[in-house]
Amino acid sequence: MVTLFGIPTQALFGQLLLGLINGSFYALLSLGLAVIFGMLNVINFAHGALYMVGAFAAWLLMQHFGIGYWPALLLAPLLVGLFGVVLEKTMLSRLYKLDHLYGLLLTFGVALILEGAFRHWYGASGQPYPIPDALRGGQNLGFMFLPNYRGWVIVASLITCLGTWYAIERTRLGAYLRAATENPTLVQAFGINVPVMVTLTYGFGVALAGLAGVLAAPIYQVNPLMGSNLIVVVFAVVVIGGMGSILGAIVTGLGLGLLEGLAKVVYPEASNIVVFVVMAIVLLIKPAGLFGRER
Amino acid sequence: MRSILLAGTALATLASGAAHAQMSDNVIKIGMLSDRSGIYADINGEGSAIAARLAAEEFGNAVNGTKVEIIVGDHQNKADIAANLARQWIDTEKVDVVADVPNSAAALAVQVITRDKKRLFLMSGPGSTDLTGKECSPYGFHWTWDNHAVASATARALVEQGRKSWYFLTADYAFGHSLEAEAASTLKEIGGTVKGGVRHPLGTSDFSSFLLQAQSSGAQVVGFANAGGDTINAVKQASEFGLPQGGQTMAALLLNINDVHALGLPIAQGLTLANSFYWDMTDETRAWSKRFEERTGRKPSMNQAGVYSSVKHYLKAVQEAGTDDPDKVAAKMRGMPVNDMMMKDVRIADNGRVMNHMYLLQVKTPAESKHPWDYFKVLKDIPGDQAYIDPKKSGCPLVK
Repeated sequence: MVTLFGIPTQALFGQLLLGLINGSFYALLSLGLAVIFGMLNVINFAHGALYMVGAFAAWLLMQHFGIGYWPALLLAPLLVGLFGVVLEKTMLSRLYKLDHLYGLLLTFGVALILEGAFRHWYGASGQPYPIPDALRGGQNLGFMFLPNYRGWVIVASLITCLGTWYAIERTRLGAYLRAATENPTLVQAFGINVPVMVTLTYGFGVALAGLAGVLAAPIYQVNPLMGSNLIVVVFAVVVIGGMGSILGAIVTGLGLGLLEGLAKVVYPEASNIVVFVVMAIVLLIKPAGLFGRER
Repeated sequence: MRSILLAGTALATLASGAAHAQMSDNVIKIGMLSDRSGIYADINGEGSAIAARLAAEEFGNAVNGTKVEIIVGDHQNKADIAANLARQWIDTEKVDVVADVPNSAAALAVQVITRDKKRLFLMSGPGSTDLTGKECSPYGFHWTWDNHAVASATARALVEQGRKSWYFLTADYAFGHSLEAEAASTLKEIGGTVKGGVRHPLGTSDFSSFLLQAQSSGAQVVGFANAGGDTINAVKQASEFGLPQGGQTMAALLLNINDVHALGLPIAQGLTLANSFYWDMTDETRAWSKRFEERTGRKPSMNQAGVYSSVKHYLKAVQEAGTDDPDKVAAKMRGMPVNDMMMKDVRIADNGRVMNHMYLLQVKTPAESKHPWDYFKVLKDIPGDQAYIDPKKSGCPLVK
């Protein structure tokens, strides 16, 4: 058997591919966080909880209205985004004048309330969500069995990530957004409604979390605690990539997924902490993150 | 004559005074210490408190005229919080008995405190065999199941079906290690083999890489030595990666009816497991489970049924002994067989192990399931003497 780093290449390729799949989730979630932080300067601690709400929204749509996976892929992020808009309008927008910490505390509180409420209503062991019929089964790639659904997750999240990057970095709307974060007063003077833009940005950022939730529902259990398991890693990803850097969030998300996949073959017990080891090293050497710039 | 009357009155006064003194503080206080917010909140949690209340209600919430009070606490799966709460309950709230306590680490911590402070401890949820082994206590009673009972019953059943080579996916903490060790020692005893295993961190959401390793091991059985959310995710993803289709048998060494409910039958079907209670077995279990469901909206887990059984047996012992003195009640509990909707004439061994039956169950297919919660087929009834470690070999110093 051919080996690389003392690991059979077959196992290595398999693990790297799986790492890429997990990385897709990290990328999608950290992208939303990066957009929100970049535009609003808010550290959105409710991101994990909103990812969970996205998964639950898909489950509730199926349970109560018979709405399947494909429509839910659009509807659930919309609902989560709408929730985000209300949250921003009624609460977050009051805190912009204050220290960052207040936004963090508010969103942390929102996360606790959401998780507690869903646990109370639907229990701690979670609800099943089936894989859509069109994506059942899998492909034998020779080195591993790849479930079709996992392949779809990579494709869907890459499209979303690249689309978001393009919209913000390469379009006129994105240019307004970036300008508004640099100097809101000036941009407003040009006749652009900055508060509405900020609200919509927050709504879009959390809708991305909702989308990740729907993508995750068939793989993991739809569980009130699914977000809190993931959010810590995602924050580490954002810190490593550089707070607010969109490209950084995408590249780091995928890269750390790969690294985690590697750790699972070499030393599985460490797979949960390898991300944080990297974070510590990056913070020591380049405190602004790999793609961040000093402010 | 007068002096005799006087003496009689005096005696009667003394006697009645003594009778009052029998119940420590005019209330029998049961402390339900549980995971009320984490991964075990569905299989114990508030459902356990309700099960205890159902038991107390059968006595009219009072024993020999003394009120029964039930209080609850959340140990959050942390042994130090469990220990602090238990200590505080016993010292300041005058709790007579601590019950429930899922999570072996929490239960081991509470066992030490209840042993030191001479308070009764009724466990239904922790799995460690140490609780009736080297850490046993004259006041500690282990109801419902333990790691040996669930793991060895499942391993034995599968080897008997010719599924001899195993690969373990084990949660990397004391509970997972012990569950794996119990299964592995049974395999060794009856001619099975262990082809390997991998340890995953507690609370892993993605099992794909571990499953890939299990898949390439070529073992006939993949044994999940974990619990709750970990097991649910592992089983769900195993089916996604086509392990069952590839001819490998999934064995969840610890599975509850709530886990099956969460997985759904299309994925859980065919799993073999061992439980000491299933709601749909006799008229009595069905009637009790109906009462439980009316309060909670779901069927009871074996842990919750065990809480009912243990609290009922405790109250019965207090009634018979006419006191809540821990030593006398413990002796009474050991002296009489456990009899309720869950257990029939079950004895309690000297190490505190309740020697109840275990049932080997198999999850039904969606076609076999006729109504909600119709999940299990009973394959085999395993008497307590075969299910549990022989108390003489448990390592408990209380067994002579």
